[in-house]
Amino acid sequence: MLIGRVVGSVVSTRKDEKLEGKKLLVVQVHNHENKPVDQYVVAVDSVQAGPGDMVLYATGSSARQTELTEGRPIDAVIMAIVDSWDLGGANVYEKWA
Amino acid sequence: MYLARVTGRVVASHKYKGLEGVALQWIQPLDEDGKPMGGQLVACAAVSTGPGDLVHYVDGREAALACPVKFVPVDAAIIGFVEQAVSKGVHIGRTPKG
Amino acid sequence: MFLGEVLGTVVSPVQIPILNGQKLLIVRTLTPDGRRTGKTRIAIDKAQAGVGDRVLCLDEGSGARGIFKDPEGAVKTVVLGVVDYVELERGRVYDHRTTKREGQA
Repeated sequence: MLIGRVVGSVVSTRKDEKLEGKKLLVVQVHNHENKPVDQYVVAVDSVQAGPGDMVLYATGSSARQTELTEGRPIDAVIMAIVDSWDLGGANVYEKWA
Repeated sequence: MYLARVTGRVVASHKYKGLEGVALQWIQPLDEDGKPMGGQLVACAAVSTGPGDLVHYVDGREAALACPVKFVPVDAAIIGFVEQAVSKGVHIGRTPKG
Repeated sequence: MFLGEVLGTVVSPVQIPILNGQKLLIVRTLTPDGRRTGKTRIAIDKAQAGVGDRVLCLDEGSGARGIFKDPEGAVKTVVLGVVDYVELERGRVYDHRTTKREGQA
């Protein structure tokens, strides 16, 4: 999985019927040091994430292993909202800081 | 399946259902010389490991099969703690602190 | 499947149950003519391969689960065979009988 920040959402009226009702969020990838990377992913939300949230997303066929995405043309799903992380004992990100 | 070093921990209290109690950790994949191979990523810990540990992990859909609940959106899982790795006759990836 | 070279071994005393008793190898992926390519992997040995051997590897889950006869096993990379020789259009590019083994302790 990779971590990213929700920076926006995508609305699409004309789309594959299997995508109907799915919340599509734009996620900007952050690296382990919490630096934003010039890499963006459109992911389906499965955990009620919102703008500004730091999230974890899974890609590939793993992304279809939720009740929301099973059997649908989806290759990225947000599966957790990150509270904090640390590297080598040093805190890098804290949601409530 | 790849060799990696655990570099940190991730706390996420709001996860997809079925992932409660599964530890999330930053890992750095390593090559045959114990050098970093690609960028760091977050993996579920299917076995108990901590920062500094040498581990091996599986990516893709198989990662979910290592988790307690198998129908979960997980694309990387730590599946073993590595005590010793020898490559080209040399011990690699020894934990820096010994 | 891909061709690889066994560079070493991994000892893992704590691992998921399906891997218990399996030998794990460090495998470097190679092009057919023996140049390094791709990512170095950890593979489960199902061919009694050893360090220095050129091997044939599977890196795909459903095939690996078939080998382990477990539809829910978290296995993916498996050494399936030890390569005797590789032939390309220009002829034999690898022959295990004539190639000096790199990487043996």
